[in-house]
Amino acid sequence: MPGKTLFDKIWDHHVVLAEPGYPSVIYIDLHLIHEVTSPQAFQGLRTRGLGVRRPDRTVATMDHIIPTRDQQAPMSDPLALQLVRQLEANCAESGIRLYGIGNPQNGIVHVIGPELGLTRPGMTIVCGDSHTSTHGAFGALAFGIGTSEVEHVLASQCLLQRRPLTFEVRVEGCLPQGVSAKDVILALIARIGVGGGTGHVFEFTGSTIRSLDMEARMTICNMSIEGGARAGMIAPDDTAFQYLAGRPFSPAGSGWDAAVAHWSSLRTDETAVFDRQVTVDAGALEPMISYGTTPGMTAPISARVPDPDGIADPSRRSALAKALAYMGFVPGQPLLGQPIDVVFIGSCTNGRLADLRDAARVLKGRRVNPRVKTVIVPGSRPVMAAARDEGLDEIFRAAGAEWREPGCSMCIAMNGDELAPGQYCVSTSNRNFEGRQGKGGRTMLASPLTAAASALAGAVADVRMWLK
Amino acid sequence: MRFSSRVVPLPHDNVDTDQIIPARFLKTTGKEGLGRVLLFDWRYDSSGNPRPECVLNRPELAGAAILLAGDNFGCGSSREHAPWALADFGFRIIISTSFADIFRGNCLKNGILPIALDPAVHARLFQLTADMPEGEIVVDVEAQSLRAQDGMTVPFALDSFDKKCLLEGIDELEYILSYLGLITEYEKNIREA
Repeated sequence: MPGKTLFDKIWDHHVVLAEPGYPSVIYIDLHLIHEVTSPQAFQGLRTRGLGVRRPDRTVATMDHIIPTRDQQAPMSDPLALQLVRQLEANCAESGIRLYGIGNPQNGIVHVIGPELGLTRPGMTIVCGDSHTSTHGAFGALAFGIGTSEVEHVLASQCLLQRRPLTFEVRVEGCLPQGVSAKDVILALIARIGVGGGTGHVFEFTGSTIRSLDMEARMTICNMSIEGGARAGMIAPDDTAFQYLAGRPFSPAGSGWDAAVAHWSSLRTDETAVFDRQVTVDAGALEPMISYGTTPGMTAPISARVPDPDGIADPSRRSALAKALAYMGFVPGQPLLGQPIDVVFIGSCTNGRLADLRDAARVLKGRRVNPRVKTVIVPGSRPVMAAARDEGLDEIFRAAGAEWREPGCSMCIAMNGDELAPGQYCVSTSNRNFEGRQGKGGRTMLASPLTAAASALAGAVADVRMWLK
Repeated sequence: MRFSSRVVPLPHDNVDTDQIIPARFLKTTGKEGLGRVLLFDWRYDSSGNPRPECVLNRPELAGAAILLAGDNFGCGSSREHAPWALADFGFRIIISTSFADIFRGNCLKNGILPIALDPAVHARLFQLTADMPEGEIVVDVEAQSLRAQDGMTVPFALDSFDKKCLLEGIDELEYILSYLGLITEYEKNIREA
């Protein structure tokens, strides 16, 4: 009999009920909520006359619509304010812990979960946000849900789920200079396509993954959903345990030793079989950048914009032609040197301290091109404080970049931070969909290193030239 | 349960939920009335005028219940506002070759049936819709069969639980809560880590 994958072990442990012909009832250990996808769920509970069953397993933050400047000032957007007030009222009524605006622990939901030690190996974690896959970096089964499911979890602490298939993404080799976790996940998505992982859960394995710190692992798991997989996970190891040690909600004392002993068992058995498998050669990667309107339309930075006429499949051909028309690109033009207007460094993909250190490494002692508006948004208050302690904020300001307060900001452009129509932005966020960063805005996804180098050059740049 | 309707063709792969409903329209605490902003930036130009080339603006297709979409429809964000907008606009059936996982689940919870077909059949439906724009597709949920504009009948797969929910109006949360005893029992044995 074949062994179990990491996914199998966590799934099997959380099955409350599996009736033939029915999806399984799965227990949810941790439910994270935010202001945009939760109000209708609380309203649904009220309509049914139900309360929140386990407020102790629910944690709330505000991130999607909050301003990144003058957060303590009254909010000027009445619709955004309504969502904030609604979340405050819902949390107060239900006894849910809320890290609201200005709270020293406030930040993007997928940044603060790990920071607080709420995210731990072996857990099931859900949130009404597709980038919940981020938490899988700790060996948790974590995935995004819709608002109806938010209501189900609030009411029952369970979800009805069909067992997904498993998909091993093995990454082997040493990352070359200037190539980072963001490039690994972008390269994977370019290869398998944005629907490549549909119906599956990724497990990222291999020597490259093992060598990455937790922040880099979170970047990779974060964008699993961009490859179509609802969750991505990495077996927890000493790197994960060291990250978690001493966090506010991490186990302590003898509980810590017991936890580590259990967590150490959370790995795929040697005899386990994945439903699908792909291997990525990390040593062959270049910095990656997207040129189109899905994260799958991504290429090595030295590449040229592909030609739709070279694509045999008619729907892929027309999709590329439509994307290039939106982006204002012509087939065959080099990606390097494409002039840009904005650089955004932040988001749940790349808004952690390690990402800001990468950006600072490139920006230190230099000035961004005066044509480029460079916006740097820490993922949380603790990230902001740590960056200040290291003097990163001074490096950014001295370089001519804007240093903001935490939030999702220009990744989803709900808070007023947005591109003007036609503007080009090299962005460390996760989606380059039409209008994602503002109506008519043109997003090019890249790593913090590439984003910082591009800010200096005023155009898409190869960070390897700036690191020499 | 049977649906008979003209078909709205949207022949683009990977239509993401940011297209289906742009994020700026998520600043709402309700679910109602979102059909107004469905595919907003495809339907309206920057001055807010309807784009005549957008299929959703064709008066003869107003009220159609069937959307014929490209592959991997509904990818991206988990926002349930996407199916709320589609349902409010009048869609009850979406036909494609595949759907993003979260979107698919969100549709079923809002009375929208996502039907995934073989690529060859799917391509034929686009052709028939172009050739016979006034023709109707008939979807029989009980029989799990779809009759195309030319009479071609094809079966489609439908999970037995999803079918039961659609036909009997079963509510997932009520089903889960009917096992509250088991859930409580499970919680007693949780390994806290």
